[in-house]
Amino acid sequence: MKNPAMRLSGRDVRCVRGGREIFTDLSFSVQSGEALAVTGPNGAGKTSLLRVIAGLLALAGGTIDLEGGTGELTTAEQAHYLGHRDALKPALSVGENLAFWRDFLGGAPDHKQNALTAVGLDHIAHLPAAFLSAGQRRRLSMARLLAVRRPVWLLDEPTSALDAAGQSVFARLMQDHLENGGLIVAATHAPLGITTHDLWMGAQP
Amino acid sequence: MTALAALIRRDIRVALRIGGGALIGVLFFLTVVVLMPFAVGPDLALLKRLGPAILWLGALLASLLTLDRLFMADHDDGSLDLLVMSRTPLELACATKALAHWLVAGLPLIVATPVLGLLLNLDGSATLAVALTLLAGTPALTLTGMIGAALAVTLHRGGLLLAVLVLPLSIPVLIFGVAASNAATSGDTPFGTPFTILCALSLASLVIGPFAAAASLRHGLD
Amino acid sequence: MTLLDLANPTRFLSLTAKILPWLAGATAVLLVIGLYQSAMAPDDYQQGATVKIMFIHVPNAWLAMFVWGVMSIAALGTLVWRHPLADVAAKAAAPIGAAFTFLALVTGSLWGRPMWGTYWEWDARLTSVLILFLMYLGLMALWRAVEDPSRAARAAAILTLVGAINLPIIKFSVDWWNTLHQPASVMRMGGSTLDKAFLIPLLVMAVAFSFLFVTLHIAAMRNEILRRRVRSLQMMQAGKPSAS
Repeated sequence: MKNPAMRLSGRDVRCVRGGREIFTDLSFSVQSGEALAVTGPNGAGKTSLLRVIAGLLALAGGTIDLEGGTGELTTAEQAHYLGHRDALKPALSVGENLAFWRDFLGGAPDHKQNALTAVGLDHIAHLPAAFLSAGQRRRLSMARLLAVRRPVWLLDEPTSALDAAGQSVFARLMQDHLENGGLIVAATHAPLGITTHDLWMGAQP
Repeated sequence: MTALAALIRRDIRVALRIGGGALIGVLFFLTVVVLMPFAVGPDLALLKRLGPAILWLGALLASLLTLDRLFMADHDDGSLDLLVMSRTPLELACATKALAHWLVAGLPLIVATPVLGLLLNLDGSATLAVALTLLAGTPALTLTGMIGAALAVTLHRGGLLLAVLVLPLSIPVLIFGVAASNAATSGDTPFGTPFTILCALSLASLVIGPFAAAASLRHGLD
Repeated sequence: MTLLDLANPTRFLSLTAKILPWLAGATAVLLVIGLYQSAMAPDDYQQGATVKIMFIHVPNAWLAMFVWGVMSIAALGTLVWRHPLADVAAKAAAPIGAAFTFLALVTGSLWGRPMWGTYWEWDARLTSVLILFLMYLGLMALWRAVEDPSRAARAAAILTLVGAINLPIIKFSVDWWNTLHQPASVMRMGGSTLDKAFLIPLLVMAVAFSFLFVTLHIAAMRNEILRRRVRSLQMMQAGKPSAS
C-alpha cells in the first residue's frame, strides 16, 4: 500500500520546557520517501523536537504542518513515536504486548505475526516480555511500527541497544517504509544505514 | 470499539498478573477493618452501629491506595505517550482505564464486604445495604480519584500527594454512602434519598472524571 | 541420606517422587480413622454434637502456628545457611499455612455460632488467629509482588522471622486488649481436662492433619521447583536468537 505524497514541515519552531528555551527558530522540511536525521550534542533538544511534532509537548512558537495527509487527523494521529521507553508491559507476553498496540492503534489482524517475524521475535512470542533483553525490547517496539501502518515515523535513538544484526534489520525496515512513501524523522547519534538529510541542532560545529 | 476492548483487556490482565495488585487492595481493606475493633474495643453493639462507617472508610482508603498505579505505570514505561497520541479520544481511553481499574480494584472490595460485615456483627440486610451503596458509590471514588491520579502523574508525584488531592473530593460520596447504609440499618430515615444522591454522584463523576483527567494528561505531559 | 543430599533439587525431586504416594496414602488412612473416631465420639453434655467441630478446628489451629514455625526455620535456612531448597520450602508453605488458618477461622466461627449467637466474636483466641491469617496473606502478597524468586526469598525470610518474633507479642497484646474489655472469656476449651473419649480422636486428627501438611508441602515444593525450571528454560529460550 503506497502512502500519498506528504510533506512534514516546521517553520520557526520554538520549544520551551520547564521555563528554559530549548531551541528557537528551527525550520525543517521532509517529504514522502525522505528521512530526516536530527543530530546534535546532548541537550540540544532532539527528543523535544520529536515530542513537539508528536504533539506531546506544547508548541511555544512557529508552526508544524503535515500536508497531504488524511485531512481530519492531527499529525500525532498519523505518526508513530518510538521513544526511549518501550511502552511494553513485562507481565504480558511478547505477542500480547504487540497485539494490544495493534488493536489499540487500529492495525490489521494479520500484521502481528508478520511484524514479529520481521524483527526476529516470532519464536518467543509466548514468553513474558519481562524476559527480554534491552535489544529485544527495542525490536518488539519496532514491530509495533510494522503492525500498524502510519505514514510518519518519529524515532528517538532507534538503534540504541541494537546489535549489528538488529541495526541492519531496522535499516531495511526503514528503507521499506520510505519506499512505500512514508517519511521518517529520527534523532540519532549513529548513522542509521539509510540515506538521510541531516538537521543539525545546537551550536554550529 | 476494538481499541477500547483491547485497552480494558490489557489493563485487567496486567493487574491480575502483577503481584496481585487487586488482591492487595482487598487485603488492605480487610486489615483496616480488623484494626478498628482494636481501637474502639470489641463491643459488638458498638461495632454494629459503627459498621457501615468502618466499611466505607476502609473501602475509601483501599480504593485510594490502588489508584496510584492507574496512570503511573503507563507513564513510566512510555505507554501513556502512545495513548495520548492515538486516534482514540483520550477521554474515552481514560474512562476505559477507570472501568478496568474499578473491575479489578473496586469490585473485589464489594465482594469482600459480606465477610467483613460478619466480623462487625452486621446482619444480612445491613451488609447487603452496605454492599449496595458501595456498588453505587465506588465508581465515583474511582472516577474522581482518576483526576487526582492524572494530576499526580503529570507532576511526577504519587502517593501522599494523590491522597491529599483526592480525599477532599470524595467527602460527598462518603457522606451519602454512609447515610444510605445507616438508613437501611436503622430504618429511621428513608434509604432512597441518600442512595439516589449517591448514584447521581457516580454519574456526575462519570462525566467530569474522564474529561478532567484527559485534560490534565494532555496539558501536563513533557 | 543426609540433609546435603536433599539439598540438590534433582535428588529432592526423585526421592520425593517415591515417598509422596506413601505419604498421601498414610494421610488418607489417618484421616479416615480420625474422622470415624470423631464421628463415634460421644456428644458433650453442654455443647452437644457441635463439640465435634473441635476435631477439625483444633488440628487446623495447631497447624496454622506450626506452619509459621516451619517457614521460620526455612527462613533461617535462606538467610543463614543459604540452603538452596529453603526458599522453595518457605514459599510452598505459605499458601498451605494460610489455608489451614482460614479453616481454623471458619470452623472456629461455626463453633462459636451456637454459643455466642453470632458467627464472629472478638474473642482473644480467634482474633489472634485472624491476625495470623492476615500475616499469611501479606507474606503471600510479598512473594507474588517480586518477580525474581531469590530476591523475594530474602525479603520474605526477613518478614517471616520478624513475624515469628512478633506473633507472641501480638498474642499477648490481643489477650490483654480482650480481657480489658470483656473479663469473662466466652469460649472455654477443655484443655488437659479433656476426656479420653475426646482426646484420642483429637490426637489422631492432629497427626492426620500433620501428615496432610507434609504431603501437600512436598507436592507444592515439587511444583515450585518445576515452575522455576520452566522459568529458567524460558529465559534461556528468550536469550537465543531467532531460528529464522
